Amino acid sequence: MRILVCVKRVPAVGSRINVTDDGQQVDTAHLGFTTSPHEECAVEEAAQIVERLDGDDHTVVVLTLGPEESTEQLRYAASVGGNEFALVMAEGGLDWDPQRTATAITAAVHEMESSGGEFDLILFGNESADGGNFQVGIRVAYALGRPIVNGIKGIDVTSSGIVARRETDAGYEVYELETPCALGVKEGINLPRYPTMKGRLASRKAQIAELDCAGGADAGGQARQRLHRPPERASTTVMLGDSAAAAPAVVDLLDELGVL
Amino acid sequence: MSDFPARADCVVIGAGIVGNCLAGHLSDLGWNDIVLLDKGPLPNPGGSTGHASNFIFPVDHSKEIVDLTVDSQRQYEALGLQNTCGGIEVARSPERMEEFRRRMTSATCWGIEARLLSVDEVIELVPFIDPDVILGGFYTPSVSAVDSLETGTQMRRRATEAGHLQTFANTEVLDIETVAGPNRPCISAVVTDRGRIECDTVAIACGVWSPKLAQMAGATIPLTPAVHQMVDVGPFDVLVETNQELAYPIVRDMDTFCYERQSAGSMEVGSYAHRPILHRVEDIPSNEEAALSPTEMPFTPDDFDEQLEQAIELMEFLGDGEIKYAINGLLSLTPDASPVLGPTPEVENLWSVAAVWVKEGPGVGRLMAEWMTYGYPRMTDPHGSDVTRFYPQDRNVIHIETRADEHFNKTYGIVHPREQWATRRNLTCGPAKARTDDLGAFYFEAGGWERPHWYESNADLVDRYGIEGRTHEWDARWWSPITDAEHLHLREHCGLVDISPFQVFEVSGPGVVPYIEKMVVNKCDLTVGRSIYTPVLTADGGFRSDLTIVRLSEDRFRIATGAFDGGRDEYWFRHNLPADGVHFENRTEALATYGVWGPNAIALLQTLTETDLSQEAFGYGQVRDALLSGIPVQMFRISYVGDAGFEIYCPTSAGLALWDAIAEAGREYSLRPVGAGVYGTTGRLEKGYRLMGAELESDYNPVEAGLARPRVKAADFIGKEAYLAAREAPLAAQLCVLRFESLRCAEGYDRFPMGAGNEPVLTPAGERIVDSHGRVSRVTTAGNAPSLGAYLAMAYLPPELAAAGTELSVMYQHEQYPVTAEATGANLALFDPDDSRMKA
Repeated sequence: MRILVCVKRVPAVGSRINVTDDGQQVDTAHLGFTTSPHEECAVEEAAQIVERLDGDDHTVVVLTLGPEESTEQLRYAASVGGNEFALVMAEGGLDWDPQRTATAITAAVHEMESSGGEFDLILFGNESADGGNFQVGIRVAYALGRPIVNGIKGIDVTSSGIVARRETDAGYEVYELETPCALGVKEGINLPRYPTMKGRLASRKAQIAELDCAGGADAGGQARQRLHRPPERASTTVMLGDSAAAAPAVVDLLDELGVL
Repeated sequence: MSDFPARADCVVIGAGIVGNCLAGHLSDLGWNDIVLLDKGPLPNPGGSTGHASNFIFPVDHSKEIVDLTVDSQRQYEALGLQNTCGGIEVARSPERMEEFRRRMTSATCWGIEARLLSVDEVIELVPFIDPDVILGGFYTPSVSAVDSLETGTQMRRRATEAGHLQTFANTEVLDIETVAGPNRPCISAVVTDRGRIECDTVAIACGVWSPKLAQMAGATIPLTPAVHQMVDVGPFDVLVETNQELAYPIVRDMDTFCYERQSAGSMEVGSYAHRPILHRVEDIPSNEEAALSPTEMPFTPDDFDEQLEQAIELMEFLGDGEIKYAINGLLSLTPDASPVLGPTPEVENLWSVAAVWVKEGPGVGRLMAEWMTYGYPRMTDPHGSDVTRFYPQDRNVIHIETRADEHFNKTYGIVHPREQWATRRNLTCGPAKARTDDLGAFYFEAGGWERPHWYESNADLVDRYGIEGRTHEWDARWWSPITDAEHLHLREHCGLVDISPFQVFEVSGPGVVPYIEKMVVNKCDLTVGRSIYTPVLTADGGFRSDLTIVRLSEDRFRIATGAFDGGRDEYWFRHNLPADGVHFENRTEALATYGVWGPNAIALLQTLTETDLSQEAFGYGQVRDALLSGIPVQMFRISYVGDAGFEIYCPTSAGLALWDAIAEAGREYSLRPVGAGVYGTTGRLEKGYRLMGAELESDYNPVEAGLARPRVKAADFIGKEAYLAAREAPLAAQLCVLRFESLRCAEGYDRFPMGAGNEPVLTPAGERIVDSHGRVSRVTTAGNAPSLGAYLAMAYLPPELAAAGTELSVMYQHEQYPVTAEATGANLALFDPDDSRMKA
């Protein structure tokens, strides 16, 4: 089986997110970067799927679009179960609109499939942690003419295709898809593994293919006007006391909150 | 907030291990109106304490650091918050094995149990270390891990329950206000986002943020935030099945600058091997902006890969562990790697309590509380950590960062006691630098100054005097046989010494006599042109400094102190200035100073001046204005090397001309340039002269150092009461000069103890010697005495041993060398003990 996982490099933020003076970007001066959490789960899910399958003729390919630094996220994927890696080089690509991103990724899929064969399954995160547009996976699947279901929290590979589950208030919706297909997964589908020390060291040797397919992607219809930081919710810490002496105050508070 | 105080005696800013312990100890010492502030939440406000690995290796080469560390361990233990698990430092190189012998020497000196381990013995204690990677180990059973957050909480509680402390978390300091004081600005208030607190005293215990807080008051705390990378990896069955937080000794892989510390089922792997990663204070995110905490910066894995490989080499199973937590943890680095403690020189009543590790936190809390209460600490002499040791030029961000960058990778390094800095050199130079360069001067840095230590141009003297080299590279490092040759040449002919790094102050004005009498032990109210050598005491009667003072006129005195002591001494003299009537001036940069000494010195100098330089006309200890080769100078007949001659002061602008004039006239008199190796060690040691920071520390008093004069002056002075008491009390220790009977090591060649402060004086049977005040006998200075053909040391000994002829031994690199006490009391000179040469 051949699985493609599309991941995005996003800032690892604290509770307060600063915006650059021009209002166009998250201020990342103090921040590190990580893989968007839904997509981290997608990589884990792909790794688990191929681990469950018989034989060793299975591949997890991880693709990202962004600046050169995005190789950090590909190497991280390499340390937790990815096998092949591709970067669509796009300076500023982390802030591209979803249409343009989807166009470039679609082109990348075509290019990778023409050389490496069709992907049975393409996994996206449900939405990116920074942009939160909820569009790229759907646009790519549509452009490729493949079915896609979003909000997925369970995947089984069967002899006839893929069974995917989506959580609802009442339980699960179950989808049966024929391959090739695409899914948008949500955090909670699994608990992603941490890289081992050996895994980290091995990931440094991972080959990363650079794909030159960003050039033809034109800006889409959605344009960022300005980012605003929402007003801060002031919070205060009230010390209820210390050790056992604090118990009555805790009880009072729980009572006040109506949870007793 | 109606309960927010409008006033407090003391505001402590920063509720990490240091601020909490300071508050606790201030309360213990009777401070009853303390406010503790932190911008973060409690118990973990987000500073470096919160991510510390919390382990303590007590053995260090520095007495000051060991005193603070061992006291901290006692305090953690008393609170029941210490887990003593033992610790092993492992060596991968022969050089490290040699360093372990030095550590054994230090451990013996401080009375800390330790032993060298064979590879098998290491494996017995930590079975998962690969025996093929290491050569051996250094084991300290008292290594421990502590709960620094809970210790802080309990310290706060102690002070709060005493009714002495109010604590406000989530309270950000916006400004520290000062008012004009008699000499310097003085603390008046702390402004926070919850209100303004008027106060008399402020202590900044803000770790990496300390420079920013100090700046609010117009002061400097020279440190830089720097990254220490750490990962938590696991779980591992071998650790999980122990069911303990720490079942195995903590391992330091010294040659890779890494450590492995069990944390229940996981292992913490930390490193000081990665490239130095320094941050500016303003680049540290707020608690809200940070993904983890402000001091847990985003991990940069590329910097740590080599350390991962090395950790796996040492403990193979680590490779399969998951990296669950990885940080670029921030800690504080200072320009010289020591803490920054004490009163800031810029602002009265503003205290720095920064650049402190968890291993020293409670001890520093106690030390600082003593300092703030008694005027100087009692538990140990803090001169190596004193924030006033830094000169103004040491306090800028470029200097701090450059030096931090240089020493970060030496955190676990093997640092030679005489090791010189490679960066930030040639910034402060005497006026004759071009000449001393031409003479092939090898410079040591002295308080930022370039000071010639020996001259390659004197290499010919090595053969002439038959000076032998040193066999062991460690002994020969940062040393040259030229020093001994220069010494003998000076004794035979004469030498010219560049002592421009001397720190020179002048105090003047109508109130100067009572002021200077108050500052020092010996009487200064002498006739104009006379000099005074005198101790400066703490209130408790220990040494704060020693100085040479010259009365230049009725209302003007010149004070000269050592190149390393100027910052601390300037602070002390300025701090004690009266509101008016005395003017203080630092003249260091205005004056160049040379010394000319030796049997030919007087005759040589006489060719340059019409002033009669004979002993009869210009006696020892006197100062006169003179023209030397037409250059106006002040000539001071004094000697620290034991031969006749002068210290000569001239304006820096004339310094080059004066050097040239002396050098030119010196051709007829076999004058050679002579380095500080002679001035500071060989010449001094033959005469038994004491040195601040070596023999002279606040732990000892002038009676013990043999510097008590027969009579005590009538005027009051700082420390007088304690000094009078010490003169009456039975002597607990006495400074002695020891002669090495043999330097031959087990391998059949001579070794040369450094006198770096960590070499214990032992009984011939190898037992430590501790006096009735608990002070250990150790070598304070060691060096060659070329004119005596001997190798000497100085050390304090209890009175029953402090007598000529006592046979003892000195440990160096974990071997004992026999010594005999030669001299004690006031006159420690083994060379020319009646000073006939100096007074010739």
